[in-house]
Amino acid sequence: MRYAMVIDTKKCVGCSDCVVACQTENKVPIGYARDWVVEVTEGTYPHLQMEIRSERCNQCENAPCVRCCPTGSSHYSTGGIVLVKPRRCIGCGACITSCPYDARFPHPKGHVDKCTFCDHRIKEGNGPACVEVCPTKCMYFGNLDDPGSEVSKLLRQRRYKTLIPEAGTKPHLYFLT
Amino acid sequence: MKSRREFIRISALGLGGFALAGGAGMALRTALKNGMPEAAGLTPDLTRTPTYCEVCFWRCAGWVYKDSEGKLWKITGNDDDPLCHGRLCPRGTGGVGMYYDEDRLRTPLMRTVENGKQTYREASWEEALDYIARRLKEIAAEHGPECIALFTHGSGGEYFSTLLQAMGSTSVAAPSYSQCRGPREVAFITTYGQGLESPEITDIRDTRCLVLIGSHLGENMHNTQVQEMSDALEKGATIITVDPRFSVVAGKSKYWLPIKPATDLALLLAWTHVIIAEELYDKEYVERHTYGFEQLRAHVRNFTPEWAYGITTIEPVTIRRTAREMAAASPAVIIHPGRHVTWYGDDTQRLRAVAILNALLGSWGRRGGFFMPDRVQVPHYPRPPFPEPARTWREAFPERYPLADLALASGICEASIPGATPECNFKAWIVNGTNLLMTLPDQEQTKEALRSLDLVVVVDTMPAEITGWADVVLPECTYLERYDIIRNSPARNPNIALRAPATEPLHNTKPAYWMAKELAIRMGFGDYFAWESIEEMLDWQFKELGTSLEEMMRTGVKNYPRNFDDLYFADGQDIEFYTNTGKIELWSTSMEAAGFDPLPVYTPHEEPPEGYYRLNYGRAPMHTFARTANNPNLADLMEENDLWVNPVIARMWGLNTGDYVRLRNQDGIDSTFAIRVRVTERIRWDSVYMVHGFGHADRRLKRAYGRGINDTELMSRVHIDPIMGGTGMRGNFVTFILDDKGKEARS
Ligand code: SF4
Ligand code: SF4
Ligand code: SF4
Repeated sequence: MRYAMVIDTKKCVGCSDCVVACQTENKVPIGYARDWVVEVTEGTYPHLQMEIRSERCNQCENAPCVRCCPTGSSHYSTGGIVLVKPRRCIGCGACITSCPYDARFPHPKGHVDKCTFCDHRIKEGNGPACVEVCPTKCMYFGNLDDPGSEVSKLLRQRRYKTLIPEAGTKPHLYFLT
Repeated sequence: MKSRREFIRISALGLGGFALAGGAGMALRTALKNGMPEAAGLTPDLTRTPTYCEVCFWRCAGWVYKDSEGKLWKITGNDDDPLCHGRLCPRGTGGVGMYYDEDRLRTPLMRTVENGKQTYREASWEEALDYIARRLKEIAAEHGPECIALFTHGSGGEYFSTLLQAMGSTSVAAPSYSQCRGPREVAFITTYGQGLESPEITDIRDTRCLVLIGSHLGENMHNTQVQEMSDALEKGATIITVDPRFSVVAGKSKYWLPIKPATDLALLLAWTHVIIAEELYDKEYVERHTYGFEQLRAHVRNFTPEWAYGITTIEPVTIRRTAREMAAASPAVIIHPGRHVTWYGDDTQRLRAVAILNALLGSWGRRGGFFMPDRVQVPHYPRPPFPEPARTWREAFPERYPLADLALASGICEASIPGATPECNFKAWIVNGTNLLMTLPDQEQTKEALRSLDLVVVVDTMPAEITGWADVVLPECTYLERYDIIRNSPARNPNIALRAPATEPLHNTKPAYWMAKELAIRMGFGDYFAWESIEEMLDWQFKELGTSLEEMMRTGVKNYPRNFDDLYFADGQDIEFYTNTGKIELWSTSMEAAGFDPLPVYTPHEEPPEGYYRLNYGRAPMHTFARTANNPNLADLMEENDLWVNPVIARMWGLNTGDYVRLRNQDGIDSTFAIRVRVTERIRWDSVYMVHGFGHADRRLKRAYGRGINDTELMSRVHIDPIMGGTGMRGNFVTFILDDKGKEARS
């Protein structure tokens, strides 16, 4: 099983609902975020193009943050989800520095925090909070190893990209373009 | 009594003992101390209470969850709700912040004089309500009850409106009419005999072509519509966006028409011209259902795309191509009527052009166009009939705005200044849930009215500009802490939703229904609120509707089948429209009778003077009105508004992204605070843009104070729509004041 998220940039309106839903669901303290929205505009008025992306931890298959964690706190969990064990984390920040996506932040309680793909919700058969809240339904979550899953189908049917592929991290976060 | 009321910063009291200083870290610690749930082990969904959202007017139904410690945790959408389909918007999701906002009003406040200076003192509910009831009775006895007005936005309106009508006043006004959607309602009522309602009856779900003209859907997070637009996009619908700014939805559109501001009506007329000249209209529909087609044909004969090009800067080939695209999708096409449509004072005429275009394409009453809504009839809890008022709100502005069908907030404000209309001068206001100083344009007029009144009562959850002008401030608990009236929204299917309290009210706050009832009892109108408790009233209403409070506590929402299967018109069906002619009036008989152009006429609008730029404003998905800037969760997403400036203009003025500037408008009015510049290609050279609802001047709003600019204070030029009194607010121009450049926003 390999969990993945597929996000349709054509439908995302950049509303940040995914951000606030994550913050409340996961009790992320105000001032911090596990996900965020990026807007990229190219061209000059009036010949413009815009892409809007909801970004978070890429749940990399080849994760530098796991490799460089000195305590084993950062680890791969079920379905390839990269997680942090708060109790083991010494807050050294090596993972923060090594993440090419700037996806991790120091939690005020001392450990490092980041997107968990809402593993606590997945266990109960729900989707991640951000996916389930998105008003444009532009986010999809599922198992890449199941060819019948929505994510697999979308990746077969649509053009997509991953972020900073040259970093060789093999992200499990895909953007339909 | 005149001029005795002045603005008081509620913070001057230091109520609640909060220090004013402190950066973000301080705010964070305070939030945590005040009960923000600790980040920690997450628990399964323990308890959930049904609610419907009160952050904006859409009122999506949802669930409020508490965590294992019994603290408010999160709010999610109700899957059975036809408005949100289980997905709230960012404001709704961030609604918890309203509860946890440590700057909330906590206890009743009464204006008093100390050492010759006006200030507030804390009061008990008994004292505050006794005082208000006594003053209202005195004012009604002296000047007549009609001189008491209510300004309201949101659920509390129902209760205070009942109180006012029991007294004999019909002056109940919501800024959502004359400051927002009124011109559109009047335009569609005069054309189709029916308005668009809220939520709008646009059948976006099934449309094949959605035309947005001045509506940045997605940035204005009108939940159901955004959801349906996304579905339509996925099904391959065409979106045509007309906007001087490269809005988010412009970026998703097949066609973006970067129109010169203030010229939309010319484009609409040119589209109409093409559709008639090329015979692209729905002939059978027009023949069967409309009135005045020949006059319309003659009227638009000369409004060619070439004519419109000179005005709008949109190329004729684009105008033709987009018109054909709409016609190809017809009748599954929507020329979207928009929402905040009060722009240039000819707004009813512009929206008439929108209504006409839809009629030509046969979209009204058709799948993918506009559906016919249905709703539940919620019975009133038994109460005596209201007395006949001696005068109605219309007499506040005699002979003006003949087609207004609701009271005008701005009109009542103007009529509260002595001398304007002596025959109907307002003496007392109750203001519930609307921050009038940031909502009505022409702040000076609002302040003059506030100074002239004998009594101002403000009911709100948060301190705001308006609370500083009150004689009595009544602190309301948030929607998460109270019951409210049954939500009854027009939709494809009738539906109702319940709001129940998820927790006890914090501090010494109370629900509006309780305040209105207590006032009514004190004034001798208790019969109008004859229920023992609101639970009893709701249960009675629910039972009449075939359910019960107990069932609604479990489901939150109840959907009903339609009474009639008439979501769309049947083919070949003759329809009686509620207009004078019984037809869709392309040529409007009621406009003609009232002395206005029966067909929309284009009038040019003023251009910015040298060195000035048109002030355009709009919405952001995470904020709404001028009421959310202090919400900790929402402020975290967007804590101030930016000023969008085109790079060409930025170079001329030496501005860089991140600089702070103040603005001066064409009448020499300066913004109180500075705004952060965002240099972007997404805006034209002739205008600047900012999101509405920032630049709060009340220090008690610790997160929002001094962050960004309040667009309303720069709107001294207001173009009033003579047809229905809408206050056009897009006719103001601003220039940059550079002294503050580089400084932070707060002063
Ligand atoms: S909630 Fe959905 S539409 Fe909104 S920003 Fe996130 S991904 Fe985009
Ligand atoms: S998957 Fe969960 S933790 Fe990750 S960004 Fe979405 S809501 Fe936050
Ligand atoms: S659209 Fe958003 S703010 Fe408005 S009622 Fe729905 S959830 Fe609340």
